[in-house]
Amino acid sequence: MTERDRRARRAWFEGRLTPLLDRLYGTALRLTRHPDDAEDIVAEAVARAWRNLDELRDPERFEAWLFHILTNVFISEWRRRRSHPQHATEAETPAPDELDGADFTLFQQLHQPFLLWWGSLEEQFFNSLLEQDLQRALDDLPEPFRVVMVLVELRGHRYAEVARLLDIPLGTVRSRLNRARGLLQKALWEQARDAGILSPGPAAEASGTKGESP
Amino acid sequence: MNPRELSCEEVIARLFDYLDRELDDRQAAEIEHHLSRCRDCFSRSEFEKRLRARLADSAGQPAPPRLQRRIRRLLDGFDEA
Ligand SMILES: [Zn+2]
Repeated sequence: MTERDRRARRAWFEGRLTPLLDRLYGTALRLTRHPDDAEDIVAEAVARAWRNLDELRDPERFEAWLFHILTNVFISEWRRRRSHPQHATEAETPAPDELDGADFTLFQQLHQPFLLWWGSLEEQFFNSLLEQDLQRALDDLPEPFRVVMVLVELRGHRYAEVARLLDIPLGTVRSRLNRARGLLQKALWEQARDAGILSPGPAAEASGTKGESP
Repeated sequence: MNPRELSCEEVIARLFDYLDRELDDRQAAEIEHHLSRCRDCFSRSEFEKRLRARLADSAGQPAPPRLQRRIRRLLDGFDEA
């Protein structure tokens, strides 16, 4: 490769990479929850991508390809850590109290059967919902649930892919996802309630409060 | 062929499979058929779509300058090799 080719290749790579960097880092941060670990897996993913750039057949698939590498780097690192007990901080199976609220639905709390002219609880909720609220709720999920949630909701992976990537049965992907969603919605509800964002109206009280302890 | 009529419970039970595009065309058509006629399930579906869109939007986080420098150095290193 001539010097000029090399420079063009590097410019092409960086041109594609730069606009994705914030999302790569954000995804890595949601997966690992630790800034240092997130930086490590992004750097490793970029290094692998650059080394294996010839394997990218369709340049239009650069983004999907790079995120796929990121996921694989995270998973191999995750497995490595789990085989070292001093790093294995979180158990495979969450404690029963972590499952409390797994069938909670925000919709039941917020939905009013008819529209009120001053706006609805749903609107109040979405209007005051911040990125940090979502990030915090996601970060607070027990790890096995969080990982499945990030892969499906943030990365758009199919259930079968997640099962293959994590080496778990399809049914486990489904049940973790269901629980993750219930817990996430419950956490968002509690955050909004504690921040005084939702003035509980009659509709909210009348609709089911299943999953919420008094 | 007309889609089978689903109950609200069946629709809610499969709603996330539908939103995650895990259903085949016929099953998805059954859900869509119901959603086009049932206000409650339609509202629920719109709510979940809106929430997941917000979640996906929250995925970006400014990459620290330190990481950007690290990546530049890393690519420089490969160039020299
Ligand atoms: Zn319905």
